[in-house]
Amino acid sequence: MNTMNLTLKIWRQPNTAAKGELKTYSISGINDHMSFLEMMDVLNENLQKKGEDPVVFDHDCREGICGACSLVINGRPHGPQQTTTCQLHMRSFKDGDTIYIEPWRAKAFPVIKDLMVNRSAFDRIQHAGGYVSVNTGSAQDANAIPIGKEIADEAFNSATCIGCGACVAACKNASAMLFVSAKISQLAMLPQGQAERNRRAEGMVAQMDQEGFGACTNTGACEAECPKQISISNIARMNREYLGAKLSSNAV
Amino acid sequence: MSWITNTLTSTLGRKLSMSLTGLFLVSFLIVHLSGNFLLYKGDGGEAFNLYSNFMSTNGLIRVLEIGLLLGFGIHIWTASILTRMNSAARPIGYAVQKTHEKVSWFSRNMGLSGSIVLFFLIVHLINFWFPYHYQEMPMVDIEGKPYKDMYGLVARIFHDEWWYSVLYLIALLLLGFHLQHGFASAFRTLGLDHKKYNSIIEGIGNIISIILPLGFATMPVYFWFFHTV
Ligand code: HEM
Ligand code: SF4
Ligand code: FES
Repeated sequence: MNTMNLTLKIWRQPNTAAKGELKTYSISGINDHMSFLEMMDVLNENLQKKGEDPVVFDHDCREGICGACSLVINGRPHGPQQTTTCQLHMRSFKDGDTIYIEPWRAKAFPVIKDLMVNRSAFDRIQHAGGYVSVNTGSAQDANAIPIGKEIADEAFNSATCIGCGACVAACKNASAMLFVSAKISQLAMLPQGQAERNRRAEGMVAQMDQEGFGACTNTGACEAECPKQISISNIARMNREYLGAKLSSNAV
Repeated sequence: MSWITNTLTSTLGRKLSMSLTGLFLVSFLIVHLSGNFLLYKGDGGEAFNLYSNFMSTNGLIRVLEIGLLLGFGIHIWTASILTRMNSAARPIGYAVQKTHEKVSWFSRNMGLSGSIVLFFLIVHLINFWFPYHYQEMPMVDIEGKPYKDMYGLVARIFHDEWWYSVLYLIALLLLGFHLQHGFASAFRTLGLDHKKYNSIIEGIGNIISIILPLGFATMPVYFWFFHTV
């Protein structure tokens, strides 16, 4: 086990309307087996002991499945590894490092406080069509609807998106297209998703635009930073879904 | 808003315009380059002057010229709207930003490469297109008929105006960067993505992003070094 001393430059912003700034903190005796969030917990305990305001950041499961944790660490969403911040360990850093910690930056993700941003734009996009609204009744026999293995796998891959927003944070245009395309794809490929296929693509894209996310330049930054390895093939599929829907739906 | 304007003003619709006009402009570059190779025919510019005359008098070509103007107009107009929308989507930037090594510099700077190409384009039109159409040009006789001497103009500018040739080469380099990302990107925007042909499209993109600028670049070099006016 190694311990390390670090300098942290952390974005502090008391509320949405306030102007924030980077503040510098020193922290010592950090164990390299700690997760990044545990390091943040140690910092907050120190701050509380001194009677200072602890740093607010999002977290929940701390096992890489919920998508709550965020943070742009030294200029990369979720830090130097392609994983969630809760699964990032301090062994990725060295004694004496300076670490910049900033919130996801996007107009559609306003800062609530410090490093916590409001990601309800994603919820509203989901509400605009990211579901199947037929009454499903009791669970069907698994083989009642035949689905090819390749399609099932591909739909499953799209469905592993945890809605963390790292794709938006990584994109130079703060575009949400990786997220939206994964959510459109996971249903567009399956028989259950067909009934509302057109409505879904049109509704979700319209909501995405209304939230103020940017457009896609196909740089691939989202896919490179996504902790769930969602592929930009989903974005190409979304383009097909959307154009197909626009050309064939009855919504004039 | 009707469904058509609604589609065309969405982010995906604007990207569709970018992609279709971008690919149309690529096809124009190919035609333009092929025609320009007549400069090398070694006939004192006869074929090139006949070609220039044909391009500026043939009715069909004049109609296509309007299409070309629209293509450029829509591409540039949409690029400026998208660029503004994209920067508005992140009003506060990062203090530190580290771009993933998989993300190419070309792909992040399409606006820069495009703008330099645009600047060149304007200078290019002022130098060649404008005098040909609207100014007194020296004439040459070809088979007893007078023609405007476009060949002489090209030879003179490339030979005498060294700054123009330098700008020309820089713009071509940037055009290559623009197409290195733009060509493959346009197909993704159209929704074309498949493991069977992704690498073929990228390969063609890489080839044209080298061949097209290189082809055009031979012209100032030829008139600089090998041609005396
Ligand atoms: C002969 C000239 C040109 C050709 C052949 C060309 C070609 C292309 C192509 C194929 C694309 C990719 C479209 C896509 O990603 O879907 C593109 C994108 C782009 N072009 Fe051009 N272009 C030219 C001139 C210009 C000019 C003059 C400008 C600028 C003022 C410009 C600005 C852009 C921008 C900003 C993009 C990226 C848009 C985005 O994805 O966000 N281009 N171009
Ligand atoms: S696509 Fe990846 S980066 Fe984007 S929200 Fe889903 S899991 Fe997060
Ligand atoms: S806290 Fe749940 S994914 Fe990190």
